[in-house]
Amino acid sequence: MEGLLSRAKMKVQQAEVFSVSSRETTVHFEANQLKQVHSKESVMKVLRIMKDGRIGLAAGNGTGDSAALLDMAIETSQFGIPVDFQFPALGSYPEVDTFDSRVEKIATERMIELGRELVSRVSGHSPRLLCDAEIVKSMHTIGIANSQGCRMSYNKSIFAMGVEGMLVKDTDMLFVGEDESSCRLSAGVDILVERVIRQLDLAARSAAVSTKVLPVVFTPHAIASAFMVPLSSAFNGKLVHEGASALKGKLGNQVFDRKLSLWDDATVEYGVGSRPCDDEGVPSQRISLIDKGVVSHFLYDLHTAALAGTRSTGNGGRGGGGFPKPDPTSLIIGEGDVSLESMVAGMKEGLVVEHLIGGGQGDALSGDFGGNVLLGYKVENGEMIGRVKDTMVAGNVYRDLREIVLGDKARWVGGSLRTPWIYCPRISVSAKGS
Amino acid sequence: MREQIADALKGHEADYIEIHFEQSQSTGMVYQGNRLEEIGRTSVRGGNVRALARGSWGFASFDGFDGLREKAALAVMEARLAGGGDAWFSPAGAVVDKVSWSPRKYASSVMLASKKQLLDNYNDIILSSPGIQSSAINYRDVQRTTIFANSDGSYIEQEKPDLSLRIAAIASGAGKVRQAGLSLGSRGDFTEIEGLDDQVRDVARRAEALLYAPQLKGGEYTVVLDPVLAGVFTHEAFGHLSESDFVYQNKELRQLMTLGRRFGDKGLNIVDDATIPGLRGSYKYDDEGTPGAKTYLIHEGILVGRLHSRETASRMGEAPTGNARAINYLFPPIVRMTNTFIEPGGSSFADMLSEIKEGVYVKDWYGGMTSLEMFTFSSGEAYMVRNGKVEELLSSLVLTGNVFTTLANIDAIGDDLEMNQGGGCGKGGQSPLPVSNGSPHIRIQHCLVGGK
Repeated sequence: MEGLLSRAKMKVQQAEVFSVSSRETTVHFEANQLKQVHSKESVMKVLRIMKDGRIGLAAGNGTGDSAALLDMAIETSQFGIPVDFQFPALGSYPEVDTFDSRVEKIATERMIELGRELVSRVSGHSPRLLCDAEIVKSMHTIGIANSQGCRMSYNKSIFAMGVEGMLVKDTDMLFVGEDESSCRLSAGVDILVERVIRQLDLAARSAAVSTKVLPVVFTPHAIASAFMVPLSSAFNGKLVHEGASALKGKLGNQVFDRKLSLWDDATVEYGVGSRPCDDEGVPSQRISLIDKGVVSHFLYDLHTAALAGTRSTGNGGRGGGGFPKPDPTSLIIGEGDVSLESMVAGMKEGLVVEHLIGGGQGDALSGDFGGNVLLGYKVENGEMIGRVKDTMVAGNVYRDLREIVLGDKARWVGGSLRTPWIYCPRISVSAKGS
Repeated sequence: MREQIADALKGHEADYIEIHFEQSQSTGMVYQGNRLEEIGRTSVRGGNVRALARGSWGFASFDGFDGLREKAALAVMEARLAGGGDAWFSPAGAVVDKVSWSPRKYASSVMLASKKQLLDNYNDIILSSPGIQSSAINYRDVQRTTIFANSDGSYIEQEKPDLSLRIAAIASGAGKVRQAGLSLGSRGDFTEIEGLDDQVRDVARRAEALLYAPQLKGGEYTVVLDPVLAGVFTHEAFGHLSESDFVYQNKELRQLMTLGRRFGDKGLNIVDDATIPGLRGSYKYDDEGTPGAKTYLIHEGILVGRLHSRETASRMGEAPTGNARAINYLFPPIVRMTNTFIEPGGSSFADMLSEIKEGVYVKDWYGGMTSLEMFTFSSGEAYMVRNGKVEELLSSLVLTGNVFTTLANIDAIGDDLEMNQGGGCGKGGQSPLPVSNGSPHIRIQHCLVGGK
């Protein structure tokens, strides 16, 4: 890293080396059986330079020689975008928990045991259920060094478990599933098992819904697939600057329900997206995006911030390599005060959506969301009476998040979103045969 | 290299071992509005070893080409640790081959300045169109060579270039933001993305028109799909269900997918074909060394075949079809599609429309997804159809269906097959895999459409 940086400094005005080295072990179960043990080792090194006021970039997986990397970066800089910002000097970074040595130490044999327990307890509940499951541990070292003096490196461990069950009856397929991930070693499979069994129990009977506007409760999974794609684009500083975000010019405006608060927090304890600094060396912080329904901030990386005349929020994310982009780390929706039970109890007729497919397929910039209800339950007179099929929901975050009710318990989904259940009073539901 | 590999494969306690190597150089460009935001190059070298022992698999991927023997030993150790499964592999003869591929104009040899000039031009067309707020262009070309070797004695070198381009226009006005897009791809042939000025102009025009397009009321409609969207439909609605790794260990699903089952009208023929020259999903050998093939999935409405790896083929007592693919050396091969399409039928587009009293004509795509039984796909363009006439533009639609009823509800198949090379397929965390799909215009009765 140092060698590449000092070589680069001789030819260009500013240089930055971002590197990620990773080791990952996965135990993979298919159809209730242990199928494969899988290990990955990789190093990614990305060189970003500024030469004659233009930016250039080259990446390699650690096997190429650094002279070639520098030549490629200089070549691309001829056509690179003119920029006017500086890489950050060494900053003062918050203490953020991203590493648990127990993850590093857990043996593959123990991961196999956890997987077996997960699969056998879930499939034991519904004997004809076939489960795929994965237990994954990974260790990462992330380094950012630049010509302005930043030398930052930290370790991250990630432990993830997931199970998906499939039950086929004639031409009917039922899918259930749960997963969790954290920088910390999981306490065990109990929570996952409980959640999947609850899904199986609720889906045991079937119910029909007809095409109409209904109140809908979105569970954390459904929120992740329905609302988060349009919301993430809307708060992306780059899209705001371009005018492609519908929230451009709406800072300080009441756009959503007063009960809704959303923030991005890169410092949350053991969050999968947590880190002391972003992928450009900017210190991490918690950024409020929606404060009691009011649009309060957007997410920026260095370049976008320079264009928009503001400061980076520490959201430069590189997804393991390439150019930084304004990216959320851990999105968190504040809890409300209504229990799931009373949300459902207050519904005469409605729907609880657990899993959606195709949620991110609408025109995200317009705020539209929609999809097929892969797993969802019909509510009648305050009770979840059975699973619906051949049913779609459609809506728009700018319309349907103006009036909501928030659940009193938040939970993590996929390690990147923490949210309570959300009740929307009027969602358009379309169903087959009506 | 070949000797080194042969040596590393010897003397392990495994039933089968294979090695993949890959060397790739790629160039990516991203435009956002009037700026070329990203221009970068990536160079990667790495490989993996996959081993089958005691009925289970071990897999180890690594950077560089060193320490091959130890990596093979690691994969074998992992397989033995997993142990006790019942994985097996269809036997195959040894294949030694070297496959090169020469596009008319190799994207990776085109000067960076020329690539930029072409994309600048498309970007200017969009940005100078009325009502346009911004643009987004994603370009990527990859030059990739792979080596495959296994303990059966196979040694195959293949050149596998790829190119993808996505162009989107973003319009704003009337308090709304709408986008329209165009997705293209090729097997590394740069000429496929040249001369698109008119199409790009059309994308910008469409984005602007969408600002004023009303939303459809949700419900069941008679829907006509254009070849692009019908291709996505074919891929999502049926293609994934024909991938045998979803099916082979599931007794109920195997029964459901018994060859001979009727899925559609006798005019319906669905094919997966890796052998068509020049298409994005084409290749000579898959990532297990099996030759790519043309496989009928549905013939005259009846299920007649499915896609296999060597493992799923052996487990189902059928022949491998050469559909085991990995997106790169970090992943083991899994069963994937190649070029998947509905064969042309006899209806003309005009006839298809003329019988519709009220329906929807949908074109182009944003995306598609499947859970095997249920699938969804979204249109880039949608129009109301009344009394056989295509009328006003509607805002983008999400359509959904159930594979067991929707294929049977196709009641007209056009005579105008077109292949779509844009986008890519995702499965099991491996995305985007180069594939293509296609279809003539098709008409579906009682298709569920989401809406207000």
